[in-house]
Amino acid sequence: MVTPLLKVTGLCKSFSGRMAVDGVSFTVASGQTLGLIGPNGAGKSTTVSMLCGLLQPDRGEILMDGQAVNHGNNAAKHKIGLVPQELAIYEELSARENLRLFGALYGLSGDLLKQRCLAALELVALGDRAGDKPATYSGGMKRRLNIAAALLHDPQLLILDEPTVGIDPQSRNAIFDSLETLKRQGRSLIYTSHYMEEVERLADHIVIIDHGKVIANETPEELFRRLPSQAALSVELGDMGALSVPALLDDIRARPGVTGVALTAGESLRITLGAADDALPMLEWLTTQGCRPRHFATARTDLEEIFLTLTGHSLRD
Amino acid sequence: MNSLTALKALIRKDLILFVADRRSLLLSLVMPIVLGTFFGYLFGGSGVTENAKIEVALVALDDSDIGKGIAAGLKADKTISIVELKLDEAREKVRKGKLHAAIVIPSGFGAAAGAALFSARDKPEITLYYDPSQSALLAVVKGLLTQQVMQTVSAEMFAGKSGMHLVDDSIEQLKKRAEHDPDAAEMSRFLTSLRKFQGHHSAGAPGAGPEQAKNAPKGLSMPFSTRDEAMSSGPKYNGYAHSFAGMSVQFILMMGIDAGIGILLARRMGLWNRLLAAPITTSTLLLARTLSCALIAFGLLCCTFLFAVLVLKVEIAGSLAGFLGVGACFALMTATFGLLIAAYGKTPEAARGLAVFATLILVMLGGAWVPAFLFPQWLQTFSLGLPTRWAVDGLDAMTWRGLGFSAAVPAMLVQLGFAALFGAVALRRFWREQR
Repeated sequence: MVTPLLKVTGLCKSFSGRMAVDGVSFTVASGQTLGLIGPNGAGKSTTVSMLCGLLQPDRGEILMDGQAVNHGNNAAKHKIGLVPQELAIYEELSARENLRLFGALYGLSGDLLKQRCLAALELVALGDRAGDKPATYSGGMKRRLNIAAALLHDPQLLILDEPTVGIDPQSRNAIFDSLETLKRQGRSLIYTSHYMEEVERLADHIVIIDHGKVIANETPEELFRRLPSQAALSVELGDMGALSVPALLDDIRARPGVTGVALTAGESLRITLGAADDALPMLEWLTTQGCRPRHFATARTDLEEIFLTLTGHSLRD
Repeated sequence: MNSLTALKALIRKDLILFVADRRSLLLSLVMPIVLGTFFGYLFGGSGVTENAKIEVALVALDDSDIGKGIAAGLKADKTISIVELKLDEAREKVRKGKLHAAIVIPSGFGAAAGAALFSARDKPEITLYYDPSQSALLAVVKGLLTQQVMQTVSAEMFAGKSGMHLVDDSIEQLKKRAEHDPDAAEMSRFLTSLRKFQGHHSAGAPGAGPEQAKNAPKGLSMPFSTRDEAMSSGPKYNGYAHSFAGMSVQFILMMGIDAGIGILLARRMGLWNRLLAAPITTSTLLLARTLSCALIAFGLLCCTFLFAVLVLKVEIAGSLAGFLGVGACFALMTATFGLLIAAYGKTPEAARGLAVFATLILVMLGGAWVPAFLFPQWLQTFSLGLPTRWAVDGLDAMTWRGLGFSAAVPAMLVQLGFAALFGAVALRRFWREQR
């Protein structure tokens, strides 16, 4: 059996009697990307703080490459890179100065430090702005610099705590390009987010946390298999003629392959289907019923749906 | 080795950030220089400026020779500036604070004062009005007035015409009582001798020549003179030396507050945790912060005093090593004061308000604004428990007092003691929070 790179067992942490993390366990294999998802306040950041040795767990154990992670264990810290949720960079230092500082904290100096700074800046596509201060950067560029600062010491495991908060889609894509490069290079990642589509894009394995507890710890495929529906058809209703909407909803529910139907925003139908192949026959049937859709779209059921199924509440509640 | 690399990088970062913040740098450097120069000028500057005179109104209601003599004597005194006014005007000006005091010499004062000199008759009264905010000057005005009155009245009594008439009257009175009162007989004989003396020396006596008039007695004068010498081992007292010490202490402590608030902000922004995620300990991080803050504080002190030395002729007349030692120890104390603020501050905003208040109290009681010797005795004793008092006194000792290195040692030890205390308390708090 292969020893996992990171092994978390029975992690617990409470603040003033309130349990923030309650018996969290998971593993990360070498080269694997783990998606750690959960709503705000679920315990993700507390878990990340303990993984990085910033917080001492009340109970439980964290082993990084066989070594216990705690505040005093510098060897374990050398193997982990943290990209915090906050923009942990100095706005008044140039990007290069920022990286020199963070590299030096890991004992890097001289030519090696220079090379690592250059490589990290190139990876996040900031090579041409190395001499500029982050105060002059866009939000997305600052986020990329935040990531670069965690890569200088070439960590085996990179922990990214909601690294795309508050940035535009273009910058998000740029960050994902960088992360996918890292993944291809075989680096292990832990990616926390409450954006399901981000985790879906990156993760090989998903841990869902709610109220401090792990409620799912599986591959994406295993999670999707848990769902009764695999696809959704959204139909914006046009001229309905004499057709009664409640009667139409009842008829849809009675159709084979339909797992659910709901009227949204007054004039749109969201129909969930057992298989993606059921979408086209459903659309054809609707037209035969006299329904003239103005617009329609199909989508694969996402992790949002899974979270809703598992917890009974939406991820962004 | 790794820790040392990290330590150097963290210190370098703090220094770059301090210099990059031009506004803060300018405030830290310019404010102590501006305020130090201002307060130094008020407290006598470099000693070349004349002290302001005490402004006093004179209401002269007595037109006798004695009254005129007192007025002339007061006007001639270099310590005070006399302006003659009417009574109401004088009172109004003192009340409004335009004049420090007013002296009212009542009508008939000369005759009454002369009579009171040789007998137990009622003493005439001189009214003094004074500005209550300048009460310390009242004693000075009283002293000058006493000198002028005694000099003028006694001169008139020993050599003036009214003095001769008064002595004649007194001899007549005493002779009547001499049969029953031996003391009166003795006094009568004394005054008869005095009368003969007056006859010979009076400038107005029959047959008196110019030489005789010149040698006429001038009345009671002060039987001593003083030789004033400022006591310091160093050069002439320079008011700027003390004010620069005080203002440097104040603004360096303010910089220490900023350093502490900087830690709180770093914690709020996640930077603190990001640094601690690296393989360094909290102690290393705090040590780096302490050293960088102390370096900045020491640099500011040196720059501020460099200006004072070059422009305002302040001399480090004592031990230069002592001056640098006091400065370095104070800088270290300031840095740990910043850590204490960071350790116990809840939010940057709340911590700043409280820390500024505490600093102003420390600075005020430490004698940074006005010298500590102006405080009541109990407060002087109390202020010895404050690091700021020792810092200001230590810097004074090494500048204008011109004392040797040994005089700097107590000030240095006290600063180091406070630095150790503040640092230990802050470190304990940081460790506890981490758990």
